[in-house]
Amino acid sequence: METNETHKVSDRALAGKLVEEIDRLTRPLGRKVRYMEVCGTHTVSIFRAGLRQLLPPQIELVSGPGCPVCVTPDSYMDKAIAYAKELDTIIATFGDMLKVPGSESSLSEAMAAGADIRVVYSPLDSLKIAKENPNKTVIFLAVGFETTAPTAAAAVIAAKRAGLKNLFMLSAQKLIPPAMKLLLDDERTNVDGFLLPGHVAVVTGSDAFLFLARDYHKPGVVAGFEAVEILRAIYRLAQMTTAGEARVENEYDKVVSREGNGAAQRAMYDVYEAVDTPWRGLGDIPASGLRMRDEWQSFDIERVRPIEVNVKPNKAKSLCRCGEVLKGQIVPQECPLFAKACVPEHAIGPCMVSVEGVCAAHYKYGGGKFKYGA
Amino acid sequence: MCLAVPVKVIAINDELATVEVRGVTREASLMLLPEAKVGDYVLVHAGFAMQIVTENDVRETNELWAEMNGAERTVGAIEALNEDERRTIERLRAGK
Repeated sequence: METNETHKVSDRALAGKLVEEIDRLTRPLGRKVRYMEVCGTHTVSIFRAGLRQLLPPQIELVSGPGCPVCVTPDSYMDKAIAYAKELDTIIATFGDMLKVPGSESSLSEAMAAGADIRVVYSPLDSLKIAKENPNKTVIFLAVGFETTAPTAAAAVIAAKRAGLKNLFMLSAQKLIPPAMKLLLDDERTNVDGFLLPGHVAVVTGSDAFLFLARDYHKPGVVAGFEAVEILRAIYRLAQMTTAGEARVENEYDKVVSREGNGAAQRAMYDVYEAVDTPWRGLGDIPASGLRMRDEWQSFDIERVRPIEVNVKPNKAKSLCRCGEVLKGQIVPQECPLFAKACVPEHAIGPCMVSVEGVCAAHYKYGGGKFKYGA
Repeated sequence: MCLAVPVKVIAINDELATVEVRGVTREASLMLLPEAKVGDYVLVHAGFAMQIVTENDVRETNELWAEMNGAERTVGAIEALNEDERRTIERLRAGK
């Protein structure tokens, strides 16, 4: 029992000391200091641990485009739904795509209307489905950032080896660094540094973020996901902000290396190449998406069986300010739909759908309006 | 979407590993981490091993799981701090 108490006090003491130091470092700056996270898991961890309440008022934590589901545009969802409605098709997808609204409906509505949509845990599960259903066209919805893209690439490589002819990808994978560059090129983006995404960096390596310091003179720190790990990264950011320095550092070095996972990078770039791609709310971003290379086009459903969709304008959606939320320009509470017409059960915008979406996190955790303790 | 779970590799058959976590076994592909060996702890994401982690990290995670299930802490304060945390505390104490 005694060790139990000792440890709790120690963790709390470390967190408290870090917060104190962050305050001491940044208070003399006499202004707000804004750090952006670009990882949905960080967004949720920050809320869950109540870090906004813990940190001094001059520190503002802003959420960027860190949730892959949230940045997937209507046109992609409409295509996925259109394919799902075809009789010979089975859609395999991660569960968080089901409720994402397209311009007219969602995959879960298509599922209720009889479409064969299966939730999988791994892209490899779609190989099994394809083997068991040789007369069906199986389409995996390949959505995700650098952490997930190599798994879809590996599934395609495995499908080729297995001689599977009925498994295809509908790809909308995205790369984080180009989106960060877009934000930094926009003068309305006001951030002092970045909490860098730990799991993306497992694949890319921390060196993939060196451009921050080199090209933009902004510090970045790769962070883990525990409260103390995030505080440690903010502390390092605060040190650099105060000293006017910009470096890319790694506070998650027990897991993340400078070079990243070579085999994963090779699989990803063997199958995919970088192309310009649309992000919801951010528009087209150069070389930020992944398209299957020509030698793999027989696995690309959009080239094997192209489908046209008309993205319909939607009145409620036109009020949705997801795009500005994703850029950290407004907080969800500034959107007229937030917590009124748009709630997790009836989401209008994608930021409210995914559990890692910024709006969903603000909604679930009270939007930061509660102050706990002193 | 990006959740990674540390598990122990207990058998490897070609590119498919049997991994174990808290008494539950399942399969994970080693296509993206061919260097993993039996006995290694790995982070798994969407059915693929992505990264080898040290036993120490896993022990911390397991203890956290045990604690969430109602167990008492089994390690003392200093021992439970990892190297980074010790460095941070030392740095803070030194007033840097």
